[in-house]
Amino acid sequence: MVVPLEHVIALSMIIFSIGVLGVLMRRNAITIFMSIELMLNAVNLALVGFSRYYNSVDGQVFVFLVMTLAAAEVAVGLAIIIALYRNRQTVNIDEINLMKN
Amino acid sequence: MSLSILFYCIGTIAIGSAIFVVLNRNAVYSAISLVLCFFSLAVMYLLLEAYILAVLEVFIYAGAIMVLFLFAIMLLNLGREEALPNLRYLQRALSIFLVVIFFFGILLIMAGGPDVLHQPSEKFSAGGIYSLGEALFSKYLLPFEVASLLLLVALIGTVYLAKRKI
Repeated sequence: MVVPLEHVIALSMIIFSIGVLGVLMRRNAITIFMSIELMLNAVNLALVGFSRYYNSVDGQVFVFLVMTLAAAEVAVGLAIIIALYRNRQTVNIDEINLMKN
Repeated sequence: MSLSILFYCIGTIAIGSAIFVVLNRNAVYSAISLVLCFFSLAVMYLLLEAYILAVLEVFIYAGAIMVLFLFAIMLLNLGREEALPNLRYLQRALSIFLVVIFFFGILLIMAGGPDVLHQPSEKFSAGGIYSLGEALFSKYLLPFEVASLLLLVALIGTVYLAKRKI
C-alpha cells in the first residue's frame, strides 16, 4: 500500500466528522444534503482502503452499491426539497417543522 | 516515497475542501468545493489502486450528482440568498462539542481494537474491472439486482414527487 491503513482510516474519520458537523450546524437543507454526501464518501474511502489492505474485491463491490444508493438518494431528496420549497418558500429546516400544512 | 507524499497532499486538499463545504454560507461555493473534494477522493482511489471506482467517482459524484445539486440550487435561487440567521451560540458550541466527542469516541474504539493481523500484500490483484465485474455478477448478483430495483423505485418516486400538486 502507498500509506499505512491507519492513515486512510484517519482521513476517512476526519471527513466523516466534518460531514456530521455540517449536518448539525447548517440550516440550509441543501447544504445538509451535501454534508450527507460527504459522509457517504468518507465511508467509501474507508471501504476502498480495506479492500486494498485485505487484497479483496468485496469492499469495492460495497462502494459500487453505495454509489448507486447515493444517486437514488440524491434524486429523491432533491425532489423532496424542491416540493418543500414550492409549498413553504423556504429551505431553512428550522422553519420546516410540520408534516402537513 | 513520492506517492505517499501525493497521498498526504491530496488528503489535505480533501479535508480543506470538506471544511469549506460545511463552513461556507453560499450554497454554490459549497457545491463547487464539494466537486473538488470528490476529485481528490478519486485521486485517493487511484492511489489505492481502485481504478474503476475512481472513474465512477468522477462520473457519478462529480458529474451526475453535482449537476443535480447545482440544478436544485439554481432552481431554488439559493445562490446569493443567505438571509438565514446565525445559529445561536449555544447550538453551535453544542454541535462542535458533540462532534469532538464522536471523533474521539471512534479514535478510542480504534485504539482499543485488535492489532494489525497481517501485512498488506504488496501486489494488489483485485483492482481491475475484470475482478469487480466477476464479483458483481457471481457472488453479489442478488445485491446488484436489488440495486437496480432501488434505482427504479427512486425513478418512480422522483416522478411522483415532481408532480405539480402532491
